[in-house]
Amino acid sequence: MIRTHNRSRAAALLATVALVACSSATVGSRQASMSPAEKARADSTKWPYTKADIDFMSGMIHHHAQAIEMAKLAPTNGAGSSVSILTGRVINAQTDEIHVMQQWLGERNQPVPEPNPKGMKMVMDGVEHVMPMPGMLTDAQMDTLKAARGKDFDQYFLRYMIQHHQGAVTMVKTLISSRGAALDETVFKVASDINVDQETEIARMQKMLFNMLTDKP
Amino acid sequence: MVVTHKARFLTLALGLIALGACAKSSSTVSSAPTPNRDPRVGLRGGQDNAGEATWNLKVMSKTSPPQRFVGATNSDITFTGNYAIQGNYNGPVIWDISNPAQPKLKASYYCPASQNDVSVFKNLMFVSAEAYNSRLDCADGGVPDSVSRDRMRGIRVFDISDITSPKYIASVQTCRGSHTHTVVEDPKDKENVYIYVSGSAPVRSPNELAGCLNAGQEENSSLFRIEVIKVPLANPTAAAIVSRPRIFQNLTAPTSHGLAPDDIAAVQAAKARGEFVVRIGNSEQVVGGNFTRQLLDSIVKARGGAGAAAATAADTATLRSGIQAYVDRMVGAQNSSGPRPGPSQCHDITVYPSLGLAGGACGGYGLLLDISDVANPVRIDQVADSNFAYWHSATFNNDGTAILFSDEWGGGGAPKCRASDPKEWGADAIFTIENRKMKFKSYYKLPAPQTAVENCVAHNGSLIPIPGRDVMVQGWYQGGISIFDWTDPANPKEIAFHDRGPVDSTRFTMGGSWSVYWYNGAMFSSEIARGFDAFELTPSEFISQNEIDAAKTVHFDYFNAQGQPKLVWPPSFALARSYVDQLERNKCLSSARISAVRQGLDNAEKASGSARSTALNQMTTQLESDARGSCDGARVQKLAAAVKDLANVLP
Repeated sequence: MIRTHNRSRAAALLATVALVACSSATVGSRQASMSPAEKARADSTKWPYTKADIDFMSGMIHHHAQAIEMAKLAPTNGAGSSVSILTGRVINAQTDEIHVMQQWLGERNQPVPEPNPKGMKMVMDGVEHVMPMPGMLTDAQMDTLKAARGKDFDQYFLRYMIQHHQGAVTMVKTLISSRGAALDETVFKVASDINVDQETEIARMQKMLFNMLTDKP
Repeated sequence: MVVTHKARFLTLALGLIALGACAKSSSTVSSAPTPNRDPRVGLRGGQDNAGEATWNLKVMSKTSPPQRFVGATNSDITFTGNYAIQGNYNGPVIWDISNPAQPKLKASYYCPASQNDVSVFKNLMFVSAEAYNSRLDCADGGVPDSVSRDRMRGIRVFDISDITSPKYIASVQTCRGSHTHTVVEDPKDKENVYIYVSGSAPVRSPNELAGCLNAGQEENSSLFRIEVIKVPLANPTAAAIVSRPRIFQNLTAPTSHGLAPDDIAAVQAAKARGEFVVRIGNSEQVVGGNFTRQLLDSIVKARGGAGAAAATAADTATLRSGIQAYVDRMVGAQNSSGPRPGPSQCHDITVYPSLGLAGGACGGYGLLLDISDVANPVRIDQVADSNFAYWHSATFNNDGTAILFSDEWGGGGAPKCRASDPKEWGADAIFTIENRKMKFKSYYKLPAPQTAVENCVAHNGSLIPIPGRDVMVQGWYQGGISIFDWTDPANPKEIAFHDRGPVDSTRFTMGGSWSVYWYNGAMFSSEIARGFDAFELTPSEFISQNEIDAAKTVHFDYFNAQGQPKLVWPPSFALARSYVDQLERNKCLSSARISAVRQGLDNAEKASGSARSTALNQMTTQLESDARGSCDGARVQKLAAAVKDLANVLP
């Protein structure tokens, strides 16, 4: 009886020691500050936002959707290697940006649009229209792109994507000239990054196009 | 009896289960990556209790920000004396890091703005502001009006003579605000310090700041330049913009890693020969002969002539006057109501004043700048990346024979380290510098895949002063921190890391290391969502204790990562022993000689006076002879020199 009692006590002690060892095994103990941090995270929606911010983030989702649709044509339409790399980056980057914009809208209980490569749905005079954002391709342009192959595809892609990017830059301008807009850190960052990245890509694409059209290597 | 056994079994089982449960909830895994398994994969997420993986380093501390700064993004770090100043989107936070295992909050300054990038010089602290919500008076509430006197976009100047109480003494407004900035000392000008301002955000209205122009023509545009601020040390409130050097003019087509085919001289020479030159974006390009002949042919035929062969002087003149407009239509430039595109800004510029060089990470280009005239930097070379990198920052190796540019693809706000993301994207690109020209050698990217809910891409870091090697510690956002050796620029290799699981494994959230820097013996990381981390190196097959000790002999009085100091190692036995360890590792000294040198150093260290110096001088002579036959003669020479220096140091 005594023997059993000692054994079970020893086992219990072992369990206790294990648990105690456990808690000190975590590295770098500090006070868990979950409450204030989580609260602060909720407060991350603390910056005010305006209709212009919502329109920008919503519209850019559709704008990106068209860029992705254009870029996805590259493998089937025989794009050259430079354009293929460029389209790969566009698809990857803009897909992720769409998620960021959708998340931002969702966190503020705004309608989260499904990406529509034809543009933004709007109701005017009771009729629903799809309005293209600045720089977006017309149906005719998109058809031309879809039909083009090889070097023709490369050239149309560059020409149309330049137009498309210029439209994005215009959307940023519209945003920042609106009162109260782009105060939110995420909106500012998205707008600023799009502005810079797409301006850089425009320059590159213009040079690529020039080299292609003048038969430079 | 059965009951007794069962009872014992149950309690033992309980103990085992407790141990098992303990192992599962233990937050840190310390192990090396293998080809099949990297311990950074599958880490449990969480704001404050995420799983962690470390390799060849030790976590010294993890500290939360002060209350008012919790929930705001932690940004870049600068160091002065025993203090680290951590940028935060609510304002700078100052830590006493005399004991990195226990950083103590010294002071903070509430001033909401992004990105609140910080640097120091003597008793001054500089803080960058670029966002529209940034206020001159540091108050809450942002700036609602699109044009407003209340807005501050540029550089704030603080007096930190009393570091417990920083004083905001000046504001220098700039047209695009300051995304980052670089403090530059001019060795020829002790009375002033300079700041290169990198502004990448949209240009503000000229009604808000006179002279700001978001226009196409390069001459007056706010877009195609950096700003240089001069800060008189005796009167820092008089800090002001002193020049706006145009370092982007005439950049040529980025088609490959290597040298751009034309530089300014070649374009000028083409012009002198009467060749056709057009502007594409913000650069000039020579138009090829075949193409101009085709155009000329069309012009001649349009007037009824036979073809290019029949071209008259008038035809050529027609071509010359119309070719720019033609090319503009061709590349869609005529549709742009805005500025000529091009690398119109630098994200970050790292200066290396000892070498008179700077590396600029500028849009689609990595630039090499000559800063011998600090107020007027001049571009001497440019590289672009055929993988369409967006250069973010630059780091030189200590000798200035190599430069590393990082591609912050996705702006730091996107997950670019997923298994599906290409290794060449969002990575570091390493170039050698030969005769002031850059030559591409390799990419380095964080080897462990990260999740889709973790922002991850190459970001800020600095050199670890390991003598004779190029080793860098770098932040990769939620990819954690990675330490890699790029001594062989063609073959960078990871040698240590720390990573946490995602801040939130259920949804994409920003977090991770914004910057991690080596400073006086430890590495400090600014964790965007969690606070301030400190690490130290532990010896491994890649770094010996001697090398760590030698690194710790390098002392900084202050440190701005974008102003690279020349690393100089004072004489020490650890320094000499480091070279021995390296020669053992690369087998360029025989094991017999390695043992002999080690013994010799140990004996010399125990000796003193002339006995020591004689022994050391003898070793030096022998090593100089070893160098001649060694596969790494240069390193043996370094060892010989280190031993010789020891002989000259009084014990």
